[in-house]
Amino acid sequence: MQHTALADQTLELHDPRSFVTKYIWSQDHKVIAIQYGLTAVFVGLVALALSALMRLQLGFPDTFDFITPGAYLQFVTMHGMIMVIYLLTALLLGGFGNYLIPLMVGARDMVFPYMNMLSFWVYLLSVLILLASFFVPGGPTGAGWTLYPPQAILEGTPGVDWGIVLMLVSLAVFIVAFTMGGLNYVTTVLQARTRGMTLMRMPLTIWGIFTATILGLLAFPALLVSAIMMLLDKLAGTSFFMPALVSLGESLEYTGGSPVLFQHLFWFFGHPEVYIVALPAFGMVSDVLACHARKNIFGYRMMVWAIVFIGALSFVVWAHHMYVSGMHPAFGFFFATTTLIIAVPTAIKVYNWVLTLWRGNIHLRVPMLFAIGFIFTFVHGGLTGLFLGNVTIDLPLSDTYFVVAHFHMVMGVSPIMVLFAAIYHWYPLMTGRMLNEGLGKAHFWLTFLGTYAIYLPMHYLGFLGVPRRYFAISGTEFIPESAMSLNASITVSALIVGASQLLFLVNVFWSLRHGERAPRNPWGATSLEWQTPDVPPHHGNWGPQLPAVYRWAYDYSVPGADQDFIPQNHPVSDDERSNAPGGPA
Amino acid sequence: MDTRTREDSYTEPGVSGMVADWAADKQAFDMPWGKLMMWIFLLSDTFIFSIFLTSYMNVRMSATAEWPNPSEVFALEIAGVHLPLILIAIMTFVLITSSGTMAMAVNCAYRRDRRKTVWLMTATALLGASFVGMQAFEWTKLIVEEGVRPWGNPMGAAQFGSTFFMITGFHGMHVTAGVIYLAIVARRVAKGRYEQKGYAIVEIAGLYWHFVDLVWVFIFAFFYLW
Repeated sequence: MQHTALADQTLELHDPRSFVTKYIWSQDHKVIAIQYGLTAVFVGLVALALSALMRLQLGFPDTFDFITPGAYLQFVTMHGMIMVIYLLTALLLGGFGNYLIPLMVGARDMVFPYMNMLSFWVYLLSVLILLASFFVPGGPTGAGWTLYPPQAILEGTPGVDWGIVLMLVSLAVFIVAFTMGGLNYVTTVLQARTRGMTLMRMPLTIWGIFTATILGLLAFPALLVSAIMMLLDKLAGTSFFMPALVSLGESLEYTGGSPVLFQHLFWFFGHPEVYIVALPAFGMVSDVLACHARKNIFGYRMMVWAIVFIGALSFVVWAHHMYVSGMHPAFGFFFATTTLIIAVPTAIKVYNWVLTLWRGNIHLRVPMLFAIGFIFTFVHGGLTGLFLGNVTIDLPLSDTYFVVAHFHMVMGVSPIMVLFAAIYHWYPLMTGRMLNEGLGKAHFWLTFLGTYAIYLPMHYLGFLGVPRRYFAISGTEFIPESAMSLNASITVSALIVGASQLLFLVNVFWSLRHGERAPRNPWGATSLEWQTPDVPPHHGNWGPQLPAVYRWAYDYSVPGADQDFIPQNHPVSDDERSNAPGGPA
Repeated sequence: MDTRTREDSYTEPGVSGMVADWAADKQAFDMPWGKLMMWIFLLSDTFIFSIFLTSYMNVRMSATAEWPNPSEVFALEIAGVHLPLILIAIMTFVLITSSGTMAMAVNCAYRRDRRKTVWLMTATALLGASFVGMQAFEWTKLIVEEGVRPWGNPMGAAQFGSTFFMITGFHGMHVTAGVIYLAIVARRVAKGRYEQKGYAIVEIAGLYWHFVDLVWVFIFAFFYLW
């Protein structure tokens, strides 16, 4: 059956005319991306406020009457779930994935814009369901973001009547939204690239988002199934995850279920989820580093294969979250081994980022500061991962603040550093204005140093054995007084870092109107998204003619070239051909 | 710069041809994007059903009470003869037959025989609908006569009913959605809506339908025959 490749089709563009079709029910990937981004940042701010409340309680116990133990657990749960799923996943894939994929591969839009639009509205619905749980009787669930049964649906856990149900329904709805978006991202990358854009010429950003989306499409099913089963346990009285048990002196109807099954399902989703967040961040930071160091990314092919390899491995490491759940020692050995193997491609990526900087012409602009900051926080968070990946070292550290410090460094701070780098880097493209440099630098230093002030001491708390998730630790014999002072100082730092994010928000909204007008391609980037005829790009992205691609995305500082960068859509000149035999195709 | 065009890659056989396809620009698979998107969706859906079935196996093996014997539970008395699994056998036969009519519909669609395509797709949808009808009968019998509930049953482990209703229910929803999908596409084929765009859509709907059938084979094997 003959058919025409999408890049060769001459589709008629239906330009939206009214305000409503242009900005509300929009099918343009750029508008959908902004909608995703704004929604995600909004819930992210809610989660940030929750973390501030948690820190107030931990740093200054017995001070705030309105933070009850139950409320504290609800803050913990909602903070974790919102940050991981509704902020990071949605902003990296729904936001940046939507904005950058069609522009970077040279497509006019996603392959199915209507479904892309639905994806956003279903995501918004899931966010509303989640936020609704703050207003129902009993409040949101306080089961911890892992929602482990049996406690998640037993009396005594906050939000057991309504909160947990809304949480599970919201997750299921989110998965529907993600699937609609994800199918679009993957198909667009595979089938809608422009002439000359081979897979091995795609910017690493696209490789990261592409691989992460595949991970999502294969990992979210586990969360969907466990959400359905737990909903049935809660509402229909089934016993998938619930063993026979006695609660508050009464034996319950449940019988014969397996709580460990939930843990397996949850982490079969949960571990790939780490890389669903990390891989797009890896990709975007590679592009920001190469652009602002005016140097090609070191080891492009190796970087691509490292992304793919990490993605594949992420499906066979899940039980390293369950070393203390009771497992055959041989399984512990297996999962520790696979976990440590992941360190190899990850280390390759870190070396390559550093080697990209080496002898580069580094411009310390705000996106670059955040990108370099990411390398620091990621190395720190990654190294503690080696501790926790080993069974024998994990056992004493499990469920202490060491774990909190580890995953906040590697999965909280690091992707957020990249998100800031990406926003500062691509804001001129999205809005046509530059962000304020001074405010940006202040934002960077407060955030970067502040996160160290927060999370470094937490490693010590972990070594002392301070347990995570506890409402208050005062009066516990083995924890010295100094731990309390440390907690107070962490809280002060956290509040400062939280407040400094206002600088960022002010910068974003102020620059929208008053920022310096962005020149075309202000950073001198090579990739296609900066080569559109209009900045910000119009509907359809490319005007009448799709661009043609002649080279990879990293031709920076090419010897003999007129400028220190050559865009991907510049044909290869005869000079170049004779000058650089065996150079990157 | 690589100057090969896409057409050249067709001539390369085997692994090198596949590598050439993947190294080409514009598209990695020589198919309309809708078909690829369906394949990827089905891959994701495969994970959903695999996890359902794996969970079922886990729950069945770790259940504390005895597991009811499916071939006894799903037996019917027809004209005084005791027939184990007879209804399930008929249901399976119906569903697999519908896969056959679907495959023929795809063939007719590509040959642009609209009348036959519509006829075969309608037959497929009707077979699917009768499958769902028999499933409704099976559920009713189980609930009303045998007293099976999601939270327990008189024959043994409570998880028997839970997994049965959950997995066959989820599959039944897939079949129902497929029937509606086929009906819509068949109607559009009848109206001649795909004369310009081509009939890949019939094949795409067919992919979904074959997938639903294939999943049933696994449910049949793991739930009824084990």
